[in-house]
Amino acid sequence: MTTRRTLLIASGATLAAPNIAPAQEAPGVTANEIRIGSTNSLSGPASAYSVISTCLTAMFRRLNEEGGVAGRRINFIVYDDAYSPPRTLEQTRRLVEQDRVAFTFNQLGTPTNNAVHRYMNQRRVPHLFLATGADKWANPREFPWTIGWQPSYRVEAQIYAKHVLETRPNARIALLHQNDDFGRDYLNGVRDVLGPRFDSMVRVATNEATDPTVDSQIVQLQASGADVLICGVIPRFAAQAIRRVHDIGWRPMMFMTNVSVSVGAVMEPAGKERGVGLITSDYRKDQSDPAWANDAGMNEWRGFMQRFVPNGDLNDNNFTYGYGVGTTMIQVLKQCGNDFSRENIMRQAANIAPMDIATLLPGVKVQTQPNNFNVIRQMQLQRWNGTGWERFGNVIEGANI
Amino acid sequence: MDGFAHQLIAGIATGGIYASVALALVMIYQATHHVNFAQGEMATLSTFIALTMIQAGLPYWVAFFATLVVSFVIGALVERILMRPVQNAPVLTHVGVFIGMLLIISNATGWIFGHTTKAFPTPFQSDGLLFGGLVSAHELGSTAVTLAVLILVYLFFAHTSLGLAMRAAAYNPRSARLVGIRVGWMLALGWGLAAAIGSVAGMMVAPAVFLDPNMMLGILLYAFAGALLGGIDNPSGAVIGGFMVGVLENLAGAYVVGTELKLTVALVIIIGVLVVRPSGLFGRVVFSRV
Repeated sequence: MTTRRTLLIASGATLAAPNIAPAQEAPGVTANEIRIGSTNSLSGPASAYSVISTCLTAMFRRLNEEGGVAGRRINFIVYDDAYSPPRTLEQTRRLVEQDRVAFTFNQLGTPTNNAVHRYMNQRRVPHLFLATGADKWANPREFPWTIGWQPSYRVEAQIYAKHVLETRPNARIALLHQNDDFGRDYLNGVRDVLGPRFDSMVRVATNEATDPTVDSQIVQLQASGADVLICGVIPRFAAQAIRRVHDIGWRPMMFMTNVSVSVGAVMEPAGKERGVGLITSDYRKDQSDPAWANDAGMNEWRGFMQRFVPNGDLNDNNFTYGYGVGTTMIQVLKQCGNDFSRENIMRQAANIAPMDIATLLPGVKVQTQPNNFNVIRQMQLQRWNGTGWERFGNVIEGANI
Repeated sequence: MDGFAHQLIAGIATGGIYASVALALVMIYQATHHVNFAQGEMATLSTFIALTMIQAGLPYWVAFFATLVVSFVIGALVERILMRPVQNAPVLTHVGVFIGMLLIISNATGWIFGHTTKAFPTPFQSDGLLFGGLVSAHELGSTAVTLAVLILVYLFFAHTSLGLAMRAAAYNPRSARLVGIRVGWMLALGWGLAAAIGSVAGMMVAPAVFLDPNMMLGILLYAFAGALLGGIDNPSGAVIGGFMVGVLENLAGAYVVGTELKLTVALVIIIGVLVVRPSGLFGRVVFSRV
């Protein structure tokens, strides 16, 4: 006889079943396939980044042609979220609950990944190597199933602060940051390095994304007598700040977030000659830099592009990014051996020994430890010379916190 | 003291931006008794049109006046095509149309012209700043343009029969129609003029803040505050209100509460004023006998 109790027990057993399945029958993994999911903005405002998915799909195709991983082919499923957080959640649930992927990889965007951060951690599904620079993905204690990849804005700010301390130990620092998660990462990074000296050394001004200009903030920071200016703002305000600082005759050592240093969208609108001396940072090899014309790593990348993405734009640095993050993912899969349970995939993602990547600057390593999810923590500074960016100095590592 | 002068001037400069957009808001309110939420987006679209003409090789001032004409036509067409069918609908329908237009125009602008930040040329060139580094030639020039537009608007409404007819059509459409004013065309004319003034504002703002499809989104909020502070039915009040918002915001940010709360303080002051004087500092108090 069917009673409510037997029904309840039966449904309870179904729900519990995946948890007691042996590792060989891990979700998304069969004898000859590993299913991996992703979301990207294939349409909508951020669709310029969709080429990252194109690059990753091609890398998995190359891997499959070489025989796959542990005898298994990679089935990489990418859905479009149009950079809209509710759709990211919908598509991620579809990946996890219907397609039953083993894990998701390189989902694009900060607001979009925010929407699935808790979900992935509650369901204990690895949420790997996200395409966003927010600092919050490196929080293994509270969110052990999520990990970013590129240097976070906070690490970037730490690197600027370290360079300031090295070159101008008695600097008076002015910090302009946007009053949101992105901008506050810069505040936190500078504070990490300066510690108790922060209050005496730093004067802070903020701007809202809706402000028409940051002129008032620049004037205020100049009046504080600072000789160093660090800016964590989006491209429009970056161009305004560069122009204003130049026009009022202030000549600080000026750092700009590497989000806002595009030649076309920032340096040209601001006036190329106004930005001379501006400092930013990068962790990738710039494919237009003649220094890498005969570089072994970049040649490996060019060969891959020629064979697997023949229509790709070789000037688009999303492809060097994609190649780097794809290499990291393949390394983790190879480390897994024959155990593709979610627990082991996450364990391997958190234990990458320092490794070089073809498209990253020499000295910049990809590495993880179970208590440190900042996958890339080193960058090299570069300076604007009026026509282009010139690298200088050694690779600098973020603060150990 | 030097810092104070800097903040004051910077405030007047941003205030000029708010004032020019506030003027466009007052214009549409005078002509139709509505506040058009899509005003900023229409101005951004006009500015992109101007940039396209300049990049095609037209001299600045030719592109400037051509943009005025194109914007006037777009504004009038919007009234004819979109607003006419809903003219007797409740006010919420109008708000719906305005918000729909805001989204459509903003996305269309991004789709056609791209989302990259672009520089926009100014006719008031100077190397560096004037008056001991206090103000740029563009800031002076654009403030002068705003004041010139203000004077033109005043002369138009106060001293031409067309202006009088437009005010009548907005204020009391039925009586206006009875004395022979073509109310429908007056509304289209009002929309066209507001769009043209908006395009002036856009072309004056863009060199200072850089041009992208969301350029006006934040500015419209401040401009709206300035217009309400000065009085939405009074062009010169709105301009003064715009300047006041810019200066208050800067001085409060620099000396009172810090940059994080400067917008809040400016808006609190405005709410305070409106509680005491609901029609704004310079607005006319309207009595109606019932």
